[in-house]
Amino acid sequence: MTFTTLAITLAFVCIPLVLSKALNLQLGKDVIIATIRAIVQLLAIGYVLQLIFDQQNVVFSFLMVAIMIAVATLNARKKGAQINGITWKLALSLCVIEAIVMSVLVGFHIVPATAQYIIPLSGMAIGNSMVMSILFLNRFTAEIEAHEQEVELILSLGGTPKQAIHRQLITSIKASMLPTIESQKTIGLVQLPGMMSGQIIAGADPVQAVMFQLLVQFMLLTTASVSSVLLGFLSYRTLFNQKLQIIPEKFTGQ
Amino acid sequence: MTAAITFHNISVTMQDTQIINTISGQFPKGQITTLVGPSGAGKTTILKLCNALLSPTDGTIFYNDQELKTYNPLTLRRCVGMALQDAPMIKGSVYDNLNLPRQLQGETLSKDEAIQALQQVGLDAKNIHKKAHDLSGGQRQKLSIARTLINPTDVLLLDEITSALDPHSVTEIEQLIVTMKQRGVTIIWITHNLEQARRIGDYMWLMHRGQLIESGSIHLLETSQNERVQQFMRGELL
Repeated sequence: MTFTTLAITLAFVCIPLVLSKALNLQLGKDVIIATIRAIVQLLAIGYVLQLIFDQQNVVFSFLMVAIMIAVATLNARKKGAQINGITWKLALSLCVIEAIVMSVLVGFHIVPATAQYIIPLSGMAIGNSMVMSILFLNRFTAEIEAHEQEVELILSLGGTPKQAIHRQLITSIKASMLPTIESQKTIGLVQLPGMMSGQIIAGADPVQAVMFQLLVQFMLLTTASVSSVLLGFLSYRTLFNQKLQIIPEKFTGQ
Repeated sequence: MTAAITFHNISVTMQDTQIINTISGQFPKGQITTLVGPSGAGKTTILKLCNALLSPTDGTIFYNDQELKTYNPLTLRRCVGMALQDAPMIKGSVYDNLNLPRQLQGETLSKDEAIQALQQVGLDAKNIHKKAHDLSGGQRQKLSIARTLINPTDVLLLDEITSALDPHSVTEIEQLIVTMKQRGVTIIWITHNLEQARRIGDYMWLMHRGQLIESGSIHLLETSQNERVQQFMRGELL
């Protein structure tokens, strides 16, 4: 694809702009910002990746993954502001996920240990994990606020903080994992995944593209479950003090 | 008079707001103390302090002459039980709710014990498999008390448990609480119903804006020379 043909695809950006204007959606500015950011960020990353692939230096790959984890952490932490140490908890969860994913993929020689494989697959794992973390933190905060009385009831009956928050924790973990599981059920029937479509368009063998997509799907199941479970169990303790009491500031209902 | 719980210069400050202001007083053992006062007086905070759901910012609380903070909170909360105003229920059956205190300790309540617990609060045993959320307000409050009493309760804290009930249910709950008292349980009961406070209470605490205005025999509600008690009785203390 040339830059000229890419420029023609900007027609797809004009349609939402026209609709926003016609229906007074007031999204025109956001659409323009999103478009410019997408162009700049993706082109920049394209050149950076080209540089890294040319160098074939493991330090560059490591740096790239570290930046991905840092950006994902900074993006997700706003949703869990009331959880003490949310930044390092998120960073730890993302590092664990990256370690699990790479141990399996590189350890079992499923993919070669080169930047060309490590960086895109890490990006998918970390990106998905970030979304799962945001979903989890949103739901967990809402569950605690909605069921504060239940939490207090269990504490008042002599339950531990873990017992008091258990139902809210499990509900939030399940809720954040469900979209990944549900989308996997309809994959290939309703939507063709972007990565697979991209490979096919670029001329790859469709069966090979499907096999890679399956690898990604299985990997995403792990990232979804590990990120919510790990973040959940790292976070719930910070809502209680050492006297096994709710910390009122953490429960906005109080 | 032996005190089950004693407050000594207790203050509570939360998010820069003083909720309780230097309170000292006692809750007599085996008696019913009614806790009265206008909304926002700090009554619920007093119950949470007794149950160790909150800790005082200043002062000392004694439970059976031992500093409350020296108890393991889990052990203490099983002895100092609390029934909350809205009688919150966990999802599940009446039995699931009754079993909750045992489940929290890794044990199981037998069906016979559950039936006995229901009968103790005047609930029909056939309700045992009903969904807890399907019970009427009065039944839920009774179940909430029965659930609290599954633990070996020595002190029972009641937070406006009859405020949303019909007169018949109120009478039943009052009778139940008197029975608990006769079994030696110390009761601390927040109520907005002055008639109820006088009818059921042996002792009273009158609170206003985080301060203890008066405490002692329930008759003080009528005989106290304290002007603010008289204002409260006339409905003028807001």
